[in-house]
Amino acid sequence: MGKGGRQRVCKMRSALLLAVACSVSYFISAALALPAPAIKDLAFGESDEKIHAIGTLVGSGEPAALLFLQSLLDGEVQTSGEAIVLVVKGDTAVDAYTGKVVTPLPEALDDVVVNNRMRLELTTAIAALKLSSPDRAVRLAAARDLQNNSGDAALPAIDAALAKETDPEVKGLLALTKASIDLRGGDKDKKLAAIRALGLSDTGATKTLLVLVLERKGGVYVEPDAQVRAEAQKSLAAVDKRLFIGDIAARIFSGISLGTILLLAALGLAITYGLMGVINMAHGELIMIGAYATYVVQSLFRQHAPAAFDFYPLVAVPVAFAISAGVGVVLERTVIRHLYGRPLETLLATWGLSLILIQGVRTIFGAQNVQVENPSWMSGGFEIMTNVVLPWSRVVIIAFAASVLLAVWLMLTRTRLGLYVRAVTQNRSMASALGVRTPKIDMMAFGLGSGIAGLAGCALSQIGNVGPDLGQSYIVDSFMVVVLGGVGQLAGTVYAALGLGVMNKFLEAWQGAVLAKIMILVFIIVFIQKRPQGLFALKGRAA
Amino acid sequence: MTVAFMPLAAPIDDFALARLWSGRMWGFLGIAALVIFVLVPVCNLMVPDGNAFHISEYTVTLAGKIMCYAIVALAMDLIWGYTGILSLGHGLFFALGGYAMGMYLMRSIGLDGVYKSPLPDFMVFLDWKSYPWYWKFTQNFWYCAMLVVLVPGLLALVFGFFAFRSRIKGVYFSIITQALTYAFMLLFFRNDTGFGGNNGFTDFKRILGYPITASETRMALFMLTGAVLIGFLLLGRYIVMSKLGRVLTAIRDAETRVMFSGYNPVYFKLFIWTLSAVICGIAGALYVPQVGIINPSEMSPANSIEIAIWTAVGGRGTLIGPVIGAATVNLGKSWFTQAFPEYWLYLLGLLFILVTLYLPRGIAGLWGKKG
Repeated sequence: MGKGGRQRVCKMRSALLLAVACSVSYFISAALALPAPAIKDLAFGESDEKIHAIGTLVGSGEPAALLFLQSLLDGEVQTSGEAIVLVVKGDTAVDAYTGKVVTPLPEALDDVVVNNRMRLELTTAIAALKLSSPDRAVRLAAARDLQNNSGDAALPAIDAALAKETDPEVKGLLALTKASIDLRGGDKDKKLAAIRALGLSDTGATKTLLVLVLERKGGVYVEPDAQVRAEAQKSLAAVDKRLFIGDIAARIFSGISLGTILLLAALGLAITYGLMGVINMAHGELIMIGAYATYVVQSLFRQHAPAAFDFYPLVAVPVAFAISAGVGVVLERTVIRHLYGRPLETLLATWGLSLILIQGVRTIFGAQNVQVENPSWMSGGFEIMTNVVLPWSRVVIIAFAASVLLAVWLMLTRTRLGLYVRAVTQNRSMASALGVRTPKIDMMAFGLGSGIAGLAGCALSQIGNVGPDLGQSYIVDSFMVVVLGGVGQLAGTVYAALGLGVMNKFLEAWQGAVLAKIMILVFIIVFIQKRPQGLFALKGRAA
Repeated sequence: MTVAFMPLAAPIDDFALARLWSGRMWGFLGIAALVIFVLVPVCNLMVPDGNAFHISEYTVTLAGKIMCYAIVALAMDLIWGYTGILSLGHGLFFALGGYAMGMYLMRSIGLDGVYKSPLPDFMVFLDWKSYPWYWKFTQNFWYCAMLVVLVPGLLALVFGFFAFRSRIKGVYFSIITQALTYAFMLLFFRNDTGFGGNNGFTDFKRILGYPITASETRMALFMLTGAVLIGFLLLGRYIVMSKLGRVLTAIRDAETRVMFSGYNPVYFKLFIWTLSAVICGIAGALYVPQVGIINPSEMSPANSIEIAIWTAVGGRGTLIGPVIGAATVNLGKSWFTQAFPEYWLYLLGLLFILVTLYLPRGIAGLWGKKG
């Protein structure tokens, strides 16, 4: 490399200088421990000598070996003349034998050329060295590296690491890698053992390996031995079965998760529509308002009480409910109540309201999406199977939806307000004749429905972006839930929401998200043919 | 249609004749025809640019576009204003007509696309080697013209048959039609559907061999749109004043009573619903060459519901009202979105609320027709 080229490289590296400085000093203290012949071979030897030297360094198990090999891979090892080997980082050069800083930089420096073969060997060697790191994260990363590209050279290191390793995840990865290396090797017994080992695992990568064994090229099996193939077939079936079960479990979970979100979105709608026959097209916007209320609460906590940030949902939930319910009551008083008995006009007017609410939020918060940060206890997830991870946020939302449902059910069946609401739903004029103040009940019920929409928004803000258009994407879906579930009973809404959620996820895996959605809509349209009243319907005069 | 017993022959009384369109109304219609077929062409093509009487290309295109919307509003009036069925899916039929015409326009680009390929640019982009089966024959204008009528018509016929047969009505019907257009929007947004995905069809070059941006072509399209609008107005008037139209109005006002009188409302509804969809399709087909683009956003639920507000603003059940409504709202929109873009949605939203609350008979109702 010419001087100009090196200057360019130096310039590039100087940015990294700060980060590198500490590793250089570490290298200095430990350098003397490295075997000198290995360094010499690596710097000046032929390819085979170099590879042997890499083996020696890996065998030494010294922390400094890792640093030296990494430097070599990064092209930082340079030679001057026939004897001096330097590790050059930025403007600092360290003698590889003595560990002493060399100043000034010698004039004529030559790079130690790392060809592709060397690069592979180095990568493997570095990963193998990292496997003995005390840090689990480092070991895990190294195991992943090895899994993706590893040669036979890594096998001894993997064996050594397997013997020591205690962490199940790292161990599993290593075993898998070892099996894949064994599979490539010629020995039949090793192959059989490897295939049996693979049969116990349940990751997608295993499957790929086993499929490779069974591969045919031009009608001839790549693997000549029939026994090996039969064993692979058996292992493959076992892995497939486990993967399939995991897959189904994951899909059911995500379906339920989607279903609970639909449930939250549709629950309020079921109340307002069930009670008053009011098609509230602004329902989605009430969800959106709930999400923005959560955003505001979250921002206030971040600014004024960062220490209590993890508890902001406790405040956000009632605030979202109150604000959405308040907006809902205002809408009911000012517009909707004038349109009772004219459902089509109500539909148009509430659509107008939704436009105004969307634009209002755009004016206040801007058209861009805002980010609502999860409290720390909601991030992450837990793994029920190797390929099935349940995110905490989803689990929390499922629990949240269940408690909202319970609260609404208790309210409707155990309180006086609930009694009135049910009475008005079933027979408005009779309820009125018996002294129920129906306009007041309408207002309260509409507020309740809107408040639940706010709660839905609060939940949605935890798993997705919050923007002015948030509600629009849920309005069609939540109407579908209400239409499918039928009006007047919570059970219908629950079954419809969960059913649609799970169905959606399964169809999605089969045909992709868009077609799944279309199929669901077509299904609902066909369903309505058979049961225009929905799954469950109150047998009342209104129906 | 099954007629169990003939009702007493209802005289087509002068009440119905007089109610729709007075002599003055016919005068207006004549003036409108004069403007569309004489004044605008002369002022656009013959009066030189810069003259005070010159009408610019922009104005002609805008007027043509608004007339297309007016046709849609008219179709909406037939189904909503006269039959009481609020469709929130009319944007779908409009877009389907537009796409059918767009297919022909895409084929006529020929080798002049960006990639100089006989396939449309979006297909080249998807690495498709040939046209999918449903693009067969679309190089033929008359075949596409047939699609413009058949696709929305058949869809409406099938959908309507099932919906009306199971007596889905009122708000349920509205929601289901909204779901329908939403589903189609999702379908057309997919690239693999073969209609250009997000971007839809655009960059048209010629129609029937004439360059599509030439003033003469534009004027021809404008006049054609005007003729179609007036034609459908007259057809609409003929229908609503016929006995069929009176049954439709009766269905709107008291469907159960119509059934008790021995009529089966399904076929009446199906007829007007399908006709309305076809009219929308034709409007879409006229719209696309003038505006130069069609994409799935035309199928968004918001677009369809806006059609309802044009009709409501103009005045339902008047035929001419929706035309006025579509013109007013869209002129307002094109001015407002330029002058105060951030306030347009407030205004549109207020329009929805105020019209339903305080102006149930729309602008046409302001003339204080006794009826």
